[in-house]
Amino acid sequence: MRDVAVVGFAQRQLQDYDGSPQCAEMLVPLFADCYEQTGWTKKDIGFWCSGSSDYLAGRSFSFVSAIDAIGVLPPVNESHVEMDAAWALYEAWLKIQTGEVDTALVFGFGKASAGVLRRTLALQLDPYTMTPLWPDTVSIAALQARLGLDAGLWDEAAMAEVVNRSLTDAEKNEFAVRSGGSSVEELLKRPMFADPLRKHDAAPVTDGAAAIVLAAGDRAREVRDRPAWITGLSHFTDGLHLGTRDLTRSASAGRAGAAAGASAGGLTDVEVAELHAPFSHQELILRAELGLGTDARINPSGGALGGNPMFTGGGIRIGEAARRIWDGSADKTLGHATSGPALQQNLVCVMSSEGASN
Amino acid sequence: MGAGSNSKRPAAVIGVGQTHHRAKREDVSMAGLCREAMDRALADAQMTLDEVDAIVVGKAPDLFEGVMMPELYLAEALGAAGKPLLRVHTAGSVGGSTAIVASSLVQSGVHKKVLTVSFEKQSESNAMWALSVPVPFVMPVHAGAGGYFAPHVRSYIRRSGAPTHIGAIVAAKDRTNALNNPYAHLREKKTVDDVLASQMLWDPIRYEETCPSSDGACALVIADEDVARSSPNPAWIHGTVMRSEPTTAAERDQVNPQAGRDAAAALWKQAGITNPIEEIDAAEVYVPFSWFEPMWLENLGFAGEGEGWKLTESGETAMGGRIPFNASGGVLSSNPIGASGMLRFGEAALQVRGAAGDHQVDGARRALGHAYGGGSQFFAMWVVGADKPSN
Repeated sequence: MRDVAVVGFAQRQLQDYDGSPQCAEMLVPLFADCYEQTGWTKKDIGFWCSGSSDYLAGRSFSFVSAIDAIGVLPPVNESHVEMDAAWALYEAWLKIQTGEVDTALVFGFGKASAGVLRRTLALQLDPYTMTPLWPDTVSIAALQARLGLDAGLWDEAAMAEVVNRSLTDAEKNEFAVRSGGSSVEELLKRPMFADPLRKHDAAPVTDGAAAIVLAAGDRAREVRDRPAWITGLSHFTDGLHLGTRDLTRSASAGRAGAAAGASAGGLTDVEVAELHAPFSHQELILRAELGLGTDARINPSGGALGGNPMFTGGGIRIGEAARRIWDGSADKTLGHATSGPALQQNLVCVMSSEGASN
Repeated sequence: MGAGSNSKRPAAVIGVGQTHHRAKREDVSMAGLCREAMDRALADAQMTLDEVDAIVVGKAPDLFEGVMMPELYLAEALGAAGKPLLRVHTAGSVGGSTAIVASSLVQSGVHKKVLTVSFEKQSESNAMWALSVPVPFVMPVHAGAGGYFAPHVRSYIRRSGAPTHIGAIVAAKDRTNALNNPYAHLREKKTVDDVLASQMLWDPIRYEETCPSSDGACALVIADEDVARSSPNPAWIHGTVMRSEPTTAAERDQVNPQAGRDAAAALWKQAGITNPIEEIDAAEVYVPFSWFEPMWLENLGFAGEGEGWKLTESGETAMGGRIPFNASGGVLSSNPIGASGMLRFGEAALQVRGAAGDHQVDGARRALGHAYGGGSQFFAMWVVGADKPSN
């Protein structure tokens, strides 16, 4: 395999983006930021790949106008996944692995505030048997949390600890849309929202966009002293149907972690893990599935509980984990992305200050 | 663009499957539709779903069926549970792009056996509504795809001096070709006069010069060199390419888009082709409105600018001509949008595998699969061959 690194990352996260739902305008300054970080221009980018959702935009072909943000002519080598930007990053990584290109710019965008997110996401369910019942995202996550509580796998205090740590860390993240730690006791006094979830247990509805630059070998070294070399990148899915899987687990997250860690000596020595957990208890599930060490620092950015722009939230986790390599604060980090109801689909990206294959 | 290193591994199509296409497939769910194509592709590849390493799904807008990211609900039915699952969406070119992403899973060395499926079940929802949601700050066309493309066709006729019956020749040819394809949606003998007698919809596009709206799916099994070598008739992938440009720009040429020209040039170079009309034996090209045949003949470099219609008029794009276009009947005979591009790619593979049945082009050794989407702005193409590529 070729050595490929994350070398650029720019993001915006907002409570409510006041403007065009297609988000193309938000992308222009992010691309400019990536050009500034790398010293490159449009012609240096070998491949473009984006992640977004037509249903979030409430219309078809929502990604088409994002091409306008790249620029006009000449045409670009470009693709799109109807998934989180983390999977766009996966497609771009594949493209670099084929040897066709050396560099890629990956981006994602979404304006969740344009609709009622938890109802929109109910349209991800089985259209013939489940969607007509309109079970919303938060209620499904509440079922998952309740199953874990009843099984004794975690308690409400453990969930509140995740929230407290995340919102305290989010105070230092200029992009967070929600922050402000408190105490476990105080958090547990707040009212239920969807029993056993309180509002702070669920990620806030967030608009946003992000862009990530990938580069192979020497192209990465020309940008960063410490590129975040991808030593493991893997994703898996589980079936959707809630009755056929153990919701207190996430088999696909476990598989992705094992596959991404296999070539890099496992995940126990990961120093920083940015986990895409839109609900507090999901962080607890992911930590266990991934087999992270007890001293791993989880979500120093504040994670998804501080801000969770749809179709970018996972990509941002990878960007945040890469930054810890660049700034020398860690030698091995992990970025994770999830998609689908109750952690159905998961991607793990392990990064290191040293390349894997040479 | 980066030159890259030459680390691409050989890959081949070893299984092709498609559904019977109809306006409404009320006998199957979305999952059933996909499985119909998948099961045929797997049987063709002599493989079971358990052996597949990863699944790549493609389709056009989710609003066509009214399900957000339907691959999530389909995961179990597609055999993807416990496997990697990717979902591609690049407008009308998506079937082609999806095949290319699936091939990159193999060409990168990450997987050995990949199954890719694309579908559209437009009858589940209201496609016209799905395409008509108003967008802030964008001038609405409110004219359907034909209304959008009709001025391009008119412009092509003006620029090239083509006689106005060329589109009818294409429509009559593709509809007649479809009689030899048991999976085609429209299977009816049409003459040039029949087409010219049909109603004018969007001048100069007549009713019989337009594609149908179909439910359907297509699936491919793509495998690495070791697996492909034990296949009786692999279609080796000689080149893949994607190019995109924005919808609108003052300098855009929507009759002969630069993204298409750039894509073709890169494709021929990858495949080691210097004279496409001599070296390509069969072409499955995305022609949803008949006049796109002469336009794409030029855009792809089979003919010089303004010369494409002459190939059509002289019968060179018909079965037995120098460059048979859409021996399967093409998009004009079946258009399950998300699957249409993959059908072009799959039909190209069938041709070089000698497995195209009654619509086989004699002795086809190298074939083109082509798809485009959006406002003629997204392009996906591949060349497949009966022989393993030497480069």
